[in-house]
Amino acid sequence: MADVPTDAPEHCPGTQSEQAGKSSSCEGCPNQKLCASGATKAADPAIAEIGEKLSTVKHKILVLSGKGGVGKSTFSAHLAHALASDATKEVALLDVDICGPSIPRIMGLEGEQVHQSGSGWSPVYVDDNLAVMSIGFLLSSPDDAVIWRGPKKNGMIKQFLRDVDWGELDYLVVDTPPGTSDEHLSIVQYLSSTHVDGAVIITTPQEVSLQDVRKEIRFCQKVKLPIIGVVENMSGFVCPKCQNTSQIFPPTTGGAEQMCADLNLPLLGKVPLDPRIARSCDEGRSFLAEVPDSPATQIYLDIVKSIQDYCSNHVTDEHKAT
Amino acid sequence: QINNNNISESLSQVQHVVLVLSGKGGVGKSTITTELALALRHAGKKVGILDVDLCGPSIPRMLNVGRPDVHQCDSGWVPVYTDAQKSLALMSIGFLLDDPDEAVVWRGPKKTALIGQFVSDVAWGELDVLLVDTPPGTSDEHLAVLENLKKHRVDGAVLVTTPQAVSTGDVRREITFCKKTGVRILGIIENMSGFVCPHCSECSNIFSKGGGEELAKLTGSVFLGAVPLDPLLSASMEEGKDFSQTFPESSTFSAINSISQTLLCSLQAS
Repeated sequence: MADVPTDAPEHCPGTQSEQAGKSSSCEGCPNQKLCASGATKAADPAIAEIGEKLSTVKHKILVLSGKGGVGKSTFSAHLAHALASDATKEVALLDVDICGPSIPRIMGLEGEQVHQSGSGWSPVYVDDNLAVMSIGFLLSSPDDAVIWRGPKKNGMIKQFLRDVDWGELDYLVVDTPPGTSDEHLSIVQYLSSTHVDGAVIITTPQEVSLQDVRKEIRFCQKVKLPIIGVVENMSGFVCPKCQNTSQIFPPTTGGAEQMCADLNLPLLGKVPLDPRIARSCDEGRSFLAEVPDSPATQIYLDIVKSIQDYCSNHVTDEHKAT
Repeated sequence: QINNNNISESLSQVQHVVLVLSGKGGVGKSTITTELALALRHAGKKVGILDVDLCGPSIPRMLNVGRPDVHQCDSGWVPVYTDAQKSLALMSIGFLLDDPDEAVVWRGPKKTALIGQFVSDVAWGELDVLLVDTPPGTSDEHLAVLENLKKHRVDGAVLVTTPQAVSTGDVRREITFCKKTGVRILGIIENMSGFVCPHCSECSNIFSKGGGEELAKLTGSVFLGAVPLDPLLSASMEEGKDFSQTFPESSTFSAINSISQTLLCSLQAS
């Protein structure tokens, strides 16, 4: 149950349940009156504020995967870079991975700090039209561990959405941690009063990854989040010396292709492993610009094109509907 | 009070408890946990694995145990054994779900409660080493498992990283977590360290090289060793085969084996 406080008595029905304040376990709880009054059932007022704040953001894209280390942050960063390569578009990248923020390093922004302005926190800018926000900008040292339980992480995500001065944006890309827990529920909940274009799901070819990704897809269906498509990352490795391809993470169950066919989802592309991608990420540079000749670069650009098409088609659909 | 008694009972015959941690996801925590368990068993030890990755449990597949029902006995939940000799025991949320694709969409408190049960209610019996495989991060699961295990004893943590700075950066945070929570760091393992092309034997450092060793030096931790990227290992994991049986000659297995020996020595010394 999402709404049971950590210090609640045993068998607490949850602050938003019909039984809140009325069940036998509520007897003696200091918050019984509050729960019984119905005040806790009302939606968080922040959701409406966030809806207001983000009404100037045209497209919102979540990057998800049940599995860790499959390349969510690499993909999010390069999606943002590619979208911002059109100088007429305003793009922002939000990192809601609270315990393991990788975006500052991948974007070459390590050691940057967030500044306070009259209209909220200002994000850190990579380019005039590419803004980034991450908890990494709020930490004083690269060794700082963020040892937080769910509610504190949720509060941070709320602040990122409500209190950051995003301005007018064409695209907001949200990078998430692995799993289907607090961060994911929160971001979906906080964005519920705004339009989210959908989620891009990242996986690697092995079943060990796909089994977690299927859970994430189930999560999207549960919370009614549309899926733009699936990207298979780390898909084969071409030896730079002999040009032979090796399947380092073998697709023993048919990889993302089979999963997409089974679940009727679009496969946006398969990105091969390239040591230059990892190096660019470590150095905080866009590998799209660093190694334009890599086969991965072309595939990335094709994937970004499909996402842009999806977003613009989506808008027309909505306009037709209204 | 009742809870306390249970914990001491369920873990009373467990000699050593080792956490496998990493700030970063997908660096091979579950793979390393599985391989260490198999290598320790190979060395004649009785081993248990507790998988506290509730949103993405990978160990059941890696050990090819399927999805058996978990049974109860007088002293608690009976772990799932991978072999008739009962030398490798496993407990994972994977065994408690009806549908393998079902998403466990839980916030912290619920995860904390299940981990409490996992620590206190599993009848591990006699074990030489219990390995605890964790999800990435420094949040609910990690705090819950530590809080519950503190009543028993935790020997320490093994940290897994890949060589890239993006990964070692997160593992540095995990080291701070260990220091703050008073967990001894038994050592750092560098996984996915180099790939030898099976066609031409050229070694490519797909995820860079040496980051784990550097991190160990920087933080004054023991460097336990490097495990290369090996498609044979990935394939074994996929099919749930015992890598120590199928490829005992490979350099990957010898790397894992030497890490498990070092770990065992350090556990027995403490």
